[in-house]
Amino acid sequence: MASYSTNEFRSGLKIMIDGDPCAIIENEFVKPGKGQAFNRVRIRNLKTGRVLDKTFKSGESVDAADVIDTEMQYLYSDGEFWHFMDPQTYEQQAADAAAVGDAGQWLKAQDSCEVTLYNGSPIGVTPPNFVELEITDTDPGLKGDTAQGGTKPATLETGAVVKVPLFLEIGELVKVDTRSGEYMSRVKK
Amino acid sequence: MNWQPAADLDVIRQRARVYSQIRTFFNTRGCLEVDTPQLMPTTSTDINIASISVAGNNRVQYLQTSPEYAMKRLLAAGSGSIFQICHAFRQGEAGRLHNPEFSLLEWYRCGYDYHALMDEIELLVTTLSLSRCSFARIGYRELFRQSLQLDIEVASLEELREQCSQRVPGTDASGFDSDQCLDLLLAMSIAPKLQGYLFVYDYPISQAALARANPNDSSVAERFELFHNGIELANGFSELTDAGQQRARFERDNQARRERGLPQPEIDERLLAALESGIEDCAGVALGLDRLLMILLDLDSIDQVLTFRD
Repeated sequence: MASYSTNEFRSGLKIMIDGDPCAIIENEFVKPGKGQAFNRVRIRNLKTGRVLDKTFKSGESVDAADVIDTEMQYLYSDGEFWHFMDPQTYEQQAADAAAVGDAGQWLKAQDSCEVTLYNGSPIGVTPPNFVELEITDTDPGLKGDTAQGGTKPATLETGAVVKVPLFLEIGELVKVDTRSGEYMSRVKK
Repeated sequence: MNWQPAADLDVIRQRARVYSQIRTFFNTRGCLEVDTPQLMPTTSTDINIASISVAGNNRVQYLQTSPEYAMKRLLAAGSGSIFQICHAFRQGEAGRLHNPEFSLLEWYRCGYDYHALMDEIELLVTTLSLSRCSFARIGYRELFRQSLQLDIEVASLEELREQCSQRVPGTDASGFDSDQCLDLLLAMSIAPKLQGYLFVYDYPISQAALARANPNDSSVAERFELFHNGIELANGFSELTDAGQQRARFERDNQARRERGLPQPEIDERLLAALESGIEDCAGVALGLDRLLMILLDLDSIDQVLTFRD
């Protein structure tokens, strides 16, 4: 199996920690002038999403994780699995709820997203940073109230619930930042 | 193609200002500026310092990890107190506070011990600073006692390892020796909380490097480091002048290197012969100039003070 020495550590590198695939978020080289050198590393467990810190003695090696991020098209969900297709090879992948996580609420058929494959199977799904979705349910809009603050919950076509300005109506299209879950703007159809 | 310097031109001007003030400081205090080779046939045996070797004409040469050995040969030759501003090289050291090539100010004071040298460092740093600075000193053991409620004199190796996993989560210290435990605790648990300029002195004898043992307590060496807000800035000693003890330390270093599968550089016989011929009692220190500039200019990465980092 391929391995990486600590001097190859950089953010984004995928390594195996305690049997799980992890991605390096931050790597800091710590060395007393006359003392042992260490690498202090912040990593994200790609299966659980948990972030943790690890210390290595510099020069140690760690197994590489067979992880690739691949752009795929979301097809549909059958209730148990979310199905994706590689637009080049037409190869399909089924991801379970653990792999899809919170990304599920932003996925609309035909949209493309990033699927993380570990040993060839999906372990994570990252939606596009911005999605445009239709409002399927919300309280009636307050006409003319375009300047004042104030928000109301709105259910979108994928099931996500976001806070939107009071003037928006059912059937309108909104742009949402999936990283924060925040409403960005109204989209003209 | 990005051909631009890494540092702002203003930082480059500040470096020139600092170097000029350093030279004035030492010239007016009777310290001779010297210039020793950066490429030499021998190098440091220090187990935690890796040298960069270079193919020479008919033998391997090393980019010097510090000018220490050459400067001590000058001291043995009767130079009196000397200083040098130079580049030093250490393989594999790269990060926010490290670059494999970095700038050092190293100086030796005949007739000084390490505390007298700390006094002079305070004076120099105050002279170079644009604002007032205050300094404190604490013994290495006392620092551990105060910071971690840990008495390293009596702690067993098991307790030290346990402290590592507790104080620095995510650390598997089961393979660490006691110095590795102390290095980890100091660098990652204690240092990040230190404030201002602080000298830590009387390091364990196992970390003596080229310092002499404290005559009142042979379990510690007359070695100190200067920290600023937890960043290591300088390392100094009352110098070991005994050739026999120095040879024993070189041999012990190379023995440890053998056990770890590291290269064992040839022992510097010229340095040992110089010590053998006799060298005045003196104290010496190396101060990292890139980090000093970072501190003086309130910058947080070495990239911001390096002229180029290609």
